[in-house]
Amino acid sequence: MAWYVTKRLFYAVLILLGVTFITYFLMYLIPADPARQIAGRSATVEVVANIRHQLGLDLPFYQQYLRYLGNLLQGDLGRSYVQRSQVSDLMAARIGPTLQLMAAGIGVELVIGITLGIVAAIKRNSALDRMLMAFSFIGVSSPHFIAAMLALYFFAVKLGWFPLGGYGGIEHLLLPAITLGVLGSGWYSRMVRSSMIDVLHQDFIRTARAKGLTRVRVLLRHVLPNAIIPVIPMIGIDIGIFMSGLVVVESVFGWPGIGQLAWQAIQQVDIPIIVGVTTLSAVAIVVGNLIADIAVLFVDPRIDVKHS
Amino acid sequence: MSLPDNSRASRVLSVERLSIDISHEHETQRVVDDLSFQLHAGQTLCIAGESGSGKSLSSLAIMGLLPKVARLPSGAILYQDRDLTELSDRQMSRLRGRDIAMIFQEPMTSLNPLMSVGQQLEETIRRHKLDEGSGAKRRAWEILDAVRVPHVEKRLKQYPHELSGGMRQRVMIAMAMVCRPKVLIADEPTTALDVTIQAQILELMRELQQAFDTALLMITHDMGVVAEMADDVVVMNQGVVEEQASARELFLQPKSPYTRKLLAAVPRLGAAVTLPSRAQAARVLEVSDLRVRFPIRRQSPFAPATEVCAVEGVSFELGAGETLGLVGESGCGKSTTGKALMNMLTYSGSVKLDGRELSGLQGKALKAVRRDIQMIFQDPFSALNPRKTVGELIAEPLLVHGLANAAQRRQRVEELLLQVDLPAAAALRYPHQFSGGQRQRICIARALALEPRVIIADEPVSALDVSVQAQVLELMKSLQDRMGLSYLFISHDMAVVEQVCHRVAVMYCGQIVEIGSCQQVLHNPQHAYTQRLLSAVPMPDIDHKRDFKALLQVDEVPDPIKPRGHRLPDIHYAEPQAGHFVALSSA
Repeated sequence: MAWYVTKRLFYAVLILLGVTFITYFLMYLIPADPARQIAGRSATVEVVANIRHQLGLDLPFYQQYLRYLGNLLQGDLGRSYVQRSQVSDLMAARIGPTLQLMAAGIGVELVIGITLGIVAAIKRNSALDRMLMAFSFIGVSSPHFIAAMLALYFFAVKLGWFPLGGYGGIEHLLLPAITLGVLGSGWYSRMVRSSMIDVLHQDFIRTARAKGLTRVRVLLRHVLPNAIIPVIPMIGIDIGIFMSGLVVVESVFGWPGIGQLAWQAIQQVDIPIIVGVTTLSAVAIVVGNLIADIAVLFVDPRIDVKHS
Repeated sequence: MSLPDNSRASRVLSVERLSIDISHEHETQRVVDDLSFQLHAGQTLCIAGESGSGKSLSSLAIMGLLPKVARLPSGAILYQDRDLTELSDRQMSRLRGRDIAMIFQEPMTSLNPLMSVGQQLEETIRRHKLDEGSGAKRRAWEILDAVRVPHVEKRLKQYPHELSGGMRQRVMIAMAMVCRPKVLIADEPTTALDVTIQAQILELMRELQQAFDTALLMITHDMGVVAEMADDVVVMNQGVVEEQASARELFLQPKSPYTRKLLAAVPRLGAAVTLPSRAQAARVLEVSDLRVRFPIRRQSPFAPATEVCAVEGVSFELGAGETLGLVGESGCGKSTTGKALMNMLTYSGSVKLDGRELSGLQGKALKAVRRDIQMIFQDPFSALNPRKTVGELIAEPLLVHGLANAAQRRQRVEELLLQVDLPAAAALRYPHQFSGGQRQRICIARALALEPRVIIADEPVSALDVSVQAQVLELMKSLQDRMGLSYLFISHDMAVVEQVCHRVAVMYCGQIVEIGSCQQVLHNPQHAYTQRLLSAVPMPDIDHKRDFKALLQVDEVPDPIKPRGHRLPDIHYAEPQAGHFVALSSA
């Protein structure tokens, strides 16, 4: 077990290294020039060149990247070009709200997804099943920015059930969390449905029925735990998809999180922030997957780390 | 029914004129028609029949566990003056597991993989309010002990995947018997198990049945098991009862032609004619000191390197036109030996085909050799690509080896199909349009396409019904006579081996423990393992009921996992008769 985790952590470091390299390289390639952006429209060529030199942007790519990596190892993510403060400080101030929204959003996703999946599997091939699957399909295929704005318009502006965005108590959290949850739940409901149907046909379910267990007990004690197993690693993978939704939803609802920070940085070509947020997302995805994989070990006794 | 009337007192359950319909879309198909039988306390009724006879559905009907597409248009199942077909699912669920319990065919998949053995046993105990808390634990312990599971304390905490098939089936029996049901239904309970394990499970069921005075309904296709277990027998075919009689009557004076045909098709150990010896024939295949080891990946770099010793020092020869049977129980290395001969896995040792060394061959040289050794597999349903026509499948080896053009291939396919007694028109159809036996013929035709010298047949008839099995074996024999083929016939079924093999090798734990002519090995076994194996084979003969009690003790099979590079001591053979070798010490 300890060896398994060590091995996985080693791979995680490699993945992160790859992610920073790719992000930094892409930022280097994009035609926008941060020095000009900072200097403003009226700046002279000398001023721009001066800024460029100050930021180290005139160095060859590998030197820029190595410098960045060296600083990263010391916990220094660089300074924001635009906001003129440490990227790590900016992110630290926003990580709390983001984690809050993430936890709530994934929670809603799982509750809706798993419930709908179970119902659809039990009533499979009925009108209800088809309706739920159509719903999940609409959910996963609607663009976040439109769905988020529609939700804001109907439930906050028209009906007045929720405040008009912003950060605060539970009432502020609910609408963005539900929006994210509903949109992302489709993956889970489809997965739980097919996995449940699979398990329902297994021999051990027949055994459980032959033991005289009630339908409810068979479903909760025998079908569900077995059907949930493939969903656990899915949560780890989903964190990545979820993050992209987060950027949009946070911006629409004015939620002061990492997503909103990224959104602003992208508009201003604030490279240190973009790279910082990307690295943080990568860390979140890697850690999420690691936790999911370790969690499966505890749920499923068949997975033997010794032989994996 | 031919049962005397005084048996009414002991009657526990009776099925009266039961019919079952299965509906697909708009069609309805009658799968069981007008079935009646009675179960008596302490007695065993066997429903025997080949696949598709409706025997399993009948048992599920008693449990109230029929699939949704099934309907019961008529008939009644009477238990304690109640008609089970009229009970609601809630009422049925109270009876299931408490009054009527069931054991299924597949012990490997019939237990919940996420719950420990103890949890699953206690679940039944709690459901039927037999006991609670520590009482439930104690009962689980007792019943597991009653089915002779060793180290009960440890087993209760283990998960199903940590147990062998035989152990899992014992757990299933324990779970079914814990409430001391009045009726126990066993649907092919030993079909997936090795013969010695089968003997243990059958003996165990007999014992528990006597101890608890349970009525046993046993569903099986194996007439050997029927003879061993049954008091009364119902023979079913295509949903219709062909014959219903006491076991003695059925075996000694079968009335229906179907029963007679079925009994005639069953291979009987000791009944086969001795095949002429091929000892003088030229050696086609010479295997010496074959070893196959599978390295196990290390858990951490500090753990010792280990490997599975699958085949250890196996040597034998195969003559032209000869069939060598390779028998043994699952995990003994017989299939691995077959695969090694096909060069499908790496091995050490020497394999010579017509004096040519095959070990270490690669690329073109290996491909050329493959023409001479072909293989037939156990499951004809998964051995044929469902998206290709039969013609394409049979012609594929010719295509791969670039041996014929399109017209020649078509002609060759036609010839091959006729050789295996299939119409030439079959070439245009797809595998799913054929029955199991026909598909196995297609597999044989494909193996014959390259005119091989040797065919390795890995359990070629195990998945087939007995009547079909007999036909396929007959075909294999006649092809051998016509073409001088040599077969390496891998099987777990002694009676089948006796029918088709000239010589037999018995494998145990990766080694050959005894090899010799059929006569020598099967009728005068010298090695303790061979004797044990043969004593476990159920005989389709009512006057030879076997006593499996001696087999009930569980033996520990030696662990095949050894440190890497470990060398097992060489096996030495004694030769009590010419050509009959017996290992002096087993693994």
